[in-house]
Amino acid sequence: MPPASPQPPQPLPSSSSASSSSSSSFASASSSLSSEPSASGASSASGSSAGTGTGPGTGPGAGTGRGGGPGAGTGTASASRSRSRPAGTAPGADEPPLRKLYRSADGRLLGGVARGLAGHLGLPVGWVRLVFLVLFLAQGLGVLLYAIFWIVVPLGVGGTPAESRPLFEVTDDGRRRLRTPDRGQTFALVALFAVGTVFVGSADFGRADTGRYIWPTLLIGAGVVLVWRQADNARRAQWASLSTDSRRRRVFQLARGLAGVALVGLGLTVFMVVRGSAAQLGNVLTAAIAVVAGVALLAGPWLVRMTQDLSDERLMRIRAQERAEVAAHVHDSVLHTLTLIQRNADDGGEVRRLARAQERELRAWLYKPQGTGKDEATGPDTLAEAVKATAAEVEDHHGVPIEVVVVGDCPLDDGLTALAQAAREAMVNAAKYGGEGGAVQVYAEVEGRTVFVSVRDRGPGFDLDAVPGDRMGVRESIFGRMERNGGTARVRSAPDGGTEVELEMERAAEA
Amino acid sequence: MSGIGGTTGTSGEGDSGTGGAESRRVRVVLVDDHRMFRTGVQAEIGQTATTGVEVVGEAADVDQAVTVITATRPEVVLLDVHLPGGGGVEVLRRCAPFMAAAENPVRFLALSVSDAAEDVIGVIRGGARGYVTKTITGADLVDSIFRVQDGDAVFSPRLAGFVLDAFASTDAPPVDEDMDRLTQREREVLRLIARGYAYKEIAKQLFISVKTVESHVSAVLRKLQLSNRHELTRWATARRLV
Repeated sequence: MPPASPQPPQPLPSSSSASSSSSSSFASASSSLSSEPSASGASSASGSSAGTGTGPGTGPGAGTGRGGGPGAGTGTASASRSRSRPAGTAPGADEPPLRKLYRSADGRLLGGVARGLAGHLGLPVGWVRLVFLVLFLAQGLGVLLYAIFWIVVPLGVGGTPAESRPLFEVTDDGRRRLRTPDRGQTFALVALFAVGTVFVGSADFGRADTGRYIWPTLLIGAGVVLVWRQADNARRAQWASLSTDSRRRRVFQLARGLAGVALVGLGLTVFMVVRGSAAQLGNVLTAAIAVVAGVALLAGPWLVRMTQDLSDERLMRIRAQERAEVAAHVHDSVLHTLTLIQRNADDGGEVRRLARAQERELRAWLYKPQGTGKDEATGPDTLAEAVKATAAEVEDHHGVPIEVVVVGDCPLDDGLTALAQAAREAMVNAAKYGGEGGAVQVYAEVEGRTVFVSVRDRGPGFDLDAVPGDRMGVRESIFGRMERNGGTARVRSAPDGGTEVELEMERAAEA
Repeated sequence: MSGIGGTTGTSGEGDSGTGGAESRRVRVVLVDDHRMFRTGVQAEIGQTATTGVEVVGEAADVDQAVTVITATRPEVVLLDVHLPGGGGVEVLRRCAPFMAAAENPVRFLALSVSDAAEDVIGVIRGGARGYVTKTITGADLVDSIFRVQDGDAVFSPRLAGFVLDAFASTDAPPVDEDMDRLTQREREVLRLIARGYAYKEIAKQLFISVKTVESHVSAVLRKLQLSNRHELTRWATARRLV
């Protein structure tokens, strides 16, 4: 206890300030989430009902006395309070689908239970950990609770976010040095040490009958924790990044799992040795192996078949889901378009327009790269998107197919937006006057700092000088716009008839 | 894709079309899993008297395709990219010996509704001599078939765009890997193809002969097949194509 006594003055102000900030964040969370007040109400209500003996005393205390709690709270008071907290999360967990309790996958020390709980309750992680630690003193209840949470609560994205900091930091002169630990962590370590000391002291290793069980239990516990975390990692690797796992990491994971198993085995062995039944170790082992073999023989095939069935079923479900999605899309778009085409069968232009629009949409849906959702609502961010969107629009409006080829890409700036608008005007002209000759070809290229767009049709072509001066379309919308934005535009007749508009512009300097 | 061959009609072309119908005949196998599409293509190009294309076999999946190609040994195979049994790439893999055959090699022209980059690059790397989409007109398709039979590459504007994109970033590193690099002229030719020019128009534009254009394009195709080097891989990985 002496090493712990100088510490409380330091953490107390920080914890009280943390409490005020946490309570304010809690309040904001509850105001933003309509389901939250009921959940907190349920937690306090169940808290008073769960703590049967100390209930009346801790009920109001749980609301107001949080700030002064950690230092002053005796074992029973904080224990009952913290017992009320996990009990309160159980109804909260299945009540609102909006905010389910997950174990936090990142920034966790063991199973991520404390972090997940902290995120769920809107409390600092340190508090939750402290409560678990204190509970650990109460006949090891904390360990039990923690284990139950670990088993029951799924790993997921949740909890309070933790910034990952490397163990080493690079100083200004380029040397790596050990990162200076922050105050909270130091405090947590000191507290852990103090609690451990108290626990070891109270466990009274002098007495032979307790002492011989403590160490094997600790060994087994450590092994179990190792293996469980391993299982978590395996599961996490399934839904998280699958590209980063290298062979070394896999070997490391294997080693960790084996170490866990070895620890558990060692603990059990020590257990037996300590119990004085080492003499019968051989017999017991033989019997155990016989039992395990028997169980494996009996249940093994059944288990294998069950896993196979399960994976089959999962595969089927995924397939069915995909099929349903495809069916829904085909129904929504393709069938409707076909109906429209049937109805407008005589109107060739309309049919072509519908078919082109549908083709484009279906193509985008089928071949879109994974991960880019269809954010049609937001405007284009890059030149390629802008050119494609413009072409699609003109195509829809004028019923002339426009074939777009884009090489390279770059983000849009003011000048490029103007370029896209000029290109649009060129496309409209090409569709209007040159659409009979076939598809309009649009080619955009980003090469270094230069952006080049060519719009080409195979129509009759036209003479720029012959265009009357009052016709502003080409002069203003294409030439004027390009010149104002520092680009150039050229119109020329293509070698085999038709017209080609070439637009060129330098990209703005990158910020 | 109207920009592949002579869009202005096949009548003016010297190397194909009606002029050479008597002298030139090409035996073609159609591989596509849609019967209606096969029928349509057959109707469009299969009038041997006028087009010079003789459809000697049809297949609906990979196994059938390999059987038919082995049995008939056509000069050109019109190959759909998406096929039951492994896709067009699988057909190309299993027919690789025929492609390398010294006399009358079988040449493949991919004909697909998809113009997604992974499909295009995949079959070209598999050994197809060209890639056209199903929106192509009958006359252009016939022209492309003859071109492929001659050993030339048939590039659609989109395919040219993909290739330019793939090689675009390779100018910067000064490493001497000439095999993987496009020459200035080849880039120019590809750029014009991407802009929708026919081979003939490119020739006129660059003051070179059509044959030179074709040899440039063939060189690009050869480089594309050979270049399993880092550029293409990086490009493909960036786009999650591999």
